[in-house]
Amino acid sequence: MSEAAEIVFDHVTKRYEGRVAAAVDDLSLEIPSGAFCVLVGPSGGGKTTALKMVNRLIPFDSGEIRIDGRNIEQLPLTELRRGIGYVIQQIGLFPHMTIGENIATVPRLLGWDKKRQRARSVELLELVGLDASDAARYPSQLSGGQRQRVGLARALAADPPLLLMDEPFGALDPITRHRLQTELRRLHRDVGKTIIFVTHDIDEAIQMGDRIAILREGGVLAQYDTPDAILAQPADDFVAKFIGEDRALRRLALRTVGEVPLRAPGIAFAVPDNWVASDTTVRNAVSLMLELRADELAVKDGERILGTFRLGDVSSLL
Amino acid sequence: MGSDGGPVIPNFGHGDSCVTGDHTFCWGWVQDHWGDTLGPALWQHVELTVIAVVIGFAIAFPLALLAHRYRRLEQPFGALSALVYTVPSLALFQILVPFTGITWTTVEIALVGYTLVILFPNIVTGLRSAPDEVIEAARGMGLTRLQVLMRVELPLALPAIVGGLRIAVVSTVAIATIAATLLPKGLGYPIFLALKEPTPFKTEIYSAGLLSIALAIGADLLLVALRRVTVPWTRAAR
Repeated sequence: MSEAAEIVFDHVTKRYEGRVAAAVDDLSLEIPSGAFCVLVGPSGGGKTTALKMVNRLIPFDSGEIRIDGRNIEQLPLTELRRGIGYVIQQIGLFPHMTIGENIATVPRLLGWDKKRQRARSVELLELVGLDASDAARYPSQLSGGQRQRVGLARALAADPPLLLMDEPFGALDPITRHRLQTELRRLHRDVGKTIIFVTHDIDEAIQMGDRIAILREGGVLAQYDTPDAILAQPADDFVAKFIGEDRALRRLALRTVGEVPLRAPGIAFAVPDNWVASDTTVRNAVSLMLELRADELAVKDGERILGTFRLGDVSSLL
Repeated sequence: MGSDGGPVIPNFGHGDSCVTGDHTFCWGWVQDHWGDTLGPALWQHVELTVIAVVIGFAIAFPLALLAHRYRRLEQPFGALSALVYTVPSLALFQILVPFTGITWTTVEIALVGYTLVILFPNIVTGLRSAPDEVIEAARGMGLTRLQVLMRVELPLALPAIVGGLRIAVVSTVAIATIAATLLPKGLGYPIFLALKEPTPFKTEIYSAGLLSIALAIGADLLLVALRRVTVPWTRAAR
């Protein structure tokens, strides 16, 4: 199986019976292999519909979806689905199976032997931050956050080149959600799958995606670009409104002070409190400067001073 | 027995004072008549019940699968089986006699009818009890329709199916006593005979009645044990 898949939506349209507006309207989208693509938009934007077309849980009326150049409608249904990890908000773990059996669902369908299934379950439990001993427990014995970790492990079990995630963290409390978001980013870097991720939360989209597709009501693609490009140049008023008026600050949150041009060390040396670590976001550094009433901060990587970050230079980053 | 013109006292075995005086419960009589009356009646009762429930399940299960697969079949199936339930069991036997005679078959047809009414809706409800998101996840992972049924819907239906079996078994044990109005079989027969006497012999009625209750409880406990074995996940505590 390939590491990561490339997905292409080619003029895809879907209309539900008895409704005038299309659910997805002439959607064309190229998601390069290994990308973390977030579909975001208000309800009625067709983002979940678009996602479920990829594993053919929802049929579409016209157009074509290709995975690595192959038309999904020409692939056997079970083969297509077993090659795609699927994670949903309500998780949908099998209550009558242990965690280990849940995770091994697709490997079992693919006919792996028991020993390999078990080894894979344990490996994945560790990957998603659970304990190997949890394999023998039942879903009812886990917390919501733990269950979604199992949902993710189950989706990754057969090492699919593509993951579909439908608001996977929507039902979790903010702390658990934030933790899982961070871990999913890390996981994406480590395993290098293509991920299509649906959310209605623009903050989550900006934080998670390396590409964002914004869908508006009637299933029309409003903009498809990197988070930075969308924040810098919203395609229209709808997008501008959707991403919020603080988009300049949001852009600053996308970069760390270690990544932007710094000035040679200046006055900051004299004031030892005024420094930040190089992995601080520019947004947080600006916030700190406002709080300290300082015009500049030293940027440190461990004990090493990289340079000086000046408040006056912030606008040049936008 | 009473051929000398003296008072006619039915000879209930030992003829000890307990029996002749028709006291509340004579243990001696039960021991004497276990071999010729109570034992066989109990065994026949078990047979009546097991055959009725097994055949009832064999009919209800495929019908429930059909109703689960094609939802518009549920209403007619349900209505048909409920209709059987509205007929009093005594009357049902008599209705069937012209067709199937005074036979074991007649009794079983009636008993099977009653088990259907209980088993069919319970199995259908059980099959529907799998949450939508569980079915969606299963389909999304590439389980075929048959695999969803076998690996997800059926296991999750087990508690409801066993629950239906429990009610069916217990109520069949009770209803099967009425079979004695038609055939000299089952635990109803000793009761039926005793009641025919001008002064019904209490021990005979009580012992058969108690055996019937014990049989119902025993069968129920057996099914509770079956449930514990087949659905371990419902016992998993947090």
